[in-house]
Amino acid sequence: MSFISYLINGISLGSIYAIIALGYTMVYGIAKMLNFAHGDVIMIGAFVVLNMVTLAGVNPIIAVLISMAVCTLLGMAIEKIAYKPLRNASSPLAVLITAIGVSYFLQNLALIIFGADAKSFPNLITLPSISLADGKLVITGTTIATIITCVIILLGLTFFVNKTKQGRAMKAVSEDKGAAMLMGINVNATISLTFAIGSGLAAIAGFLLCSAYPSLTPYTGAMPGIKAFTAAVFGGIGSIPGAMIGGILLGVIEILGKAYISSQVADAIVFAVLIIVLLVKPTGLFGKNIQEKV
Amino acid sequence: MKKKISNNMITYGMILLFYVIMQVMISTGSISSLLQGLLVPLCMYAIAAVSLNLVVGFSGELSLGQAGFMCVGAYASAFFTKLTEETLPEGPRFLIAILIGAVVAAIFGFLIGIPVLRLRGDYLAIVTLAFGEIIKNLVSVFHVGVDKSGIHFSVKDAASLNLDEEGRVLIDGPLGITGTPKNANFTIGIILLFLTVFIVLNLVNSRSGRAITAIRDNRIAAESIGLNVTKYKLMAFVISTALAGVAGVLYSHNLSTLNVKFFNYNTSILILVFVVLGGIGNVKGSIIAAILLTALPELLRELQDYRMLIYAILLIGMMLFNWAPSAIAFRERVKDKFKSNKKEAA
Repeated sequence: MSFISYLINGISLGSIYAIIALGYTMVYGIAKMLNFAHGDVIMIGAFVVLNMVTLAGVNPIIAVLISMAVCTLLGMAIEKIAYKPLRNASSPLAVLITAIGVSYFLQNLALIIFGADAKSFPNLITLPSISLADGKLVITGTTIATIITCVIILLGLTFFVNKTKQGRAMKAVSEDKGAAMLMGINVNATISLTFAIGSGLAAIAGFLLCSAYPSLTPYTGAMPGIKAFTAAVFGGIGSIPGAMIGGILLGVIEILGKAYISSQVADAIVFAVLIIVLLVKPTGLFGKNIQEKV
Repeated sequence: MKKKISNNMITYGMILLFYVIMQVMISTGSISSLLQGLLVPLCMYAIAAVSLNLVVGFSGELSLGQAGFMCVGAYASAFFTKLTEETLPEGPRFLIAILIGAVVAAIFGFLIGIPVLRLRGDYLAIVTLAFGEIIKNLVSVFHVGVDKSGIHFSVKDAASLNLDEEGRVLIDGPLGITGTPKNANFTIGIILLFLTVFIVLNLVNSRSGRAITAIRDNRIAAESIGLNVTKYKLMAFVISTALAGVAGVLYSHNLSTLNVKFFNYNTSILILVFVVLGGIGNVKGSIIAAILLTALPELLRELQDYRMLIYAILLIGMMLFNWAPSAIAFRERVKDKFKSNKKEAA
């Protein structure tokens, strides 16, 4: 029974990773850059929800919506100010180092505004727990809400990318920026939209993450961010179902590793997965192989 | 060629000058104890920054695991020092400890480099970051002790080492290594910094160094003229990790408690900040940035809270100013204006 409960916890954590990984994978697919600051947008999103609920007394659902709006604007602003000028830079390191700088900036800004001590995040998800098998297996409301949210996001995003005009524009830009531009697609607006969606999802991920692990510091987002990037790579960068499956597998591996091997080396196991994937199949489970042309 | 040599001489001269000034200030007592305590860390950060610059500046790869290699060097050397504390005299012991720190870090760099250097760009950055975290994670579960019957080892806790009464715990998991003798001092730090700069500058100006920069500038072209890409990339990476190990040795022999908390992701980033602000590929700049950015905030205590925020803004601003095509075009325009003004004046 404990195995099943670990498994469900793993899927729940994995769903959060998956939502974060979607942001990474979409941005990487379209802008060909690793948005290091994505993890910290999660943290900002969680702080917005926390302060809205505890200080302003806003309804949790509205607080999450406000947080999504804030993160969307933040993501677009980051893209506009820090990444866009470097889009055609001669060195690929330039935008990567800038992204690290943005991540560093957000962390330290949060440190000054909110302080270094861990804030406890209130339990805002009021779904009842389900207890199965005579109470031996209890699934909390947070877990249910997380998994359901994740499925809705996956379905919504798949629909958006495949069926709507903007979604298809996104696919076109990620395939070939130049050709997309010739087809009359506004490339700048499309990239901006991608950052907006990714960051909006980050706000939801921040809320879910802190609901499951209710301790919030300026560094809360960094580790899950890196792990979610691992998940995105695992599933094949640029692929939406890949990010989902990569995220869930990674969450399960982490929780099982924590439960059966050692809680101290769980992070090491997750990163070992990343390294093995990159060495054995660098394109990930669903990734496309791109040949380098001279 | 001549310009290169004189430029190198300026770098060496600068380190020497810094040493002399500090020594004079120490002997006349015109230096605060706070700054005096910072001298060894200054050398450590400078060495780490120069070593990272070798990878970022000359090899063109972003490594975010520098703190992990410092951690390896720090632990390996401190472990050796503790083990031989009663059997070896201080001088040779510290010398061997430095070598051990460098060699063990280099071995780790080699083992990690072989798979990792097949990757490029973002992937390489994230994997080095992952390795740094793995090293930190694994080191914090080790418990090693020594007694008459030899070395004991456990991943659980200190009690399960089963030491006899005279046994000593050398590495105590998350608590790390305590009571390492303070063998490092400013003079040794400066000598090590000098050696680091010497190694890096000589490498960069050698045949191998030119191969390394050629691979950075165009990997495919370099490969097509027959350069062994993996070999040269690995060479730069391993030397860089060995030097990072030396920086770790300075750290562990300067403080009496050593634990993995220091060697986290933020330390790697801080070293990267030094490299970027000092100028990517500029050894002199790395040293100046490391020294200034470590010493200034400690001296200006009021700025302490905002220090990291200012670094972050500087980092972003610097990258945009140096690399954005529009900023480069703007700089060109300003330069042209100056030139034409000069002509008119003449």
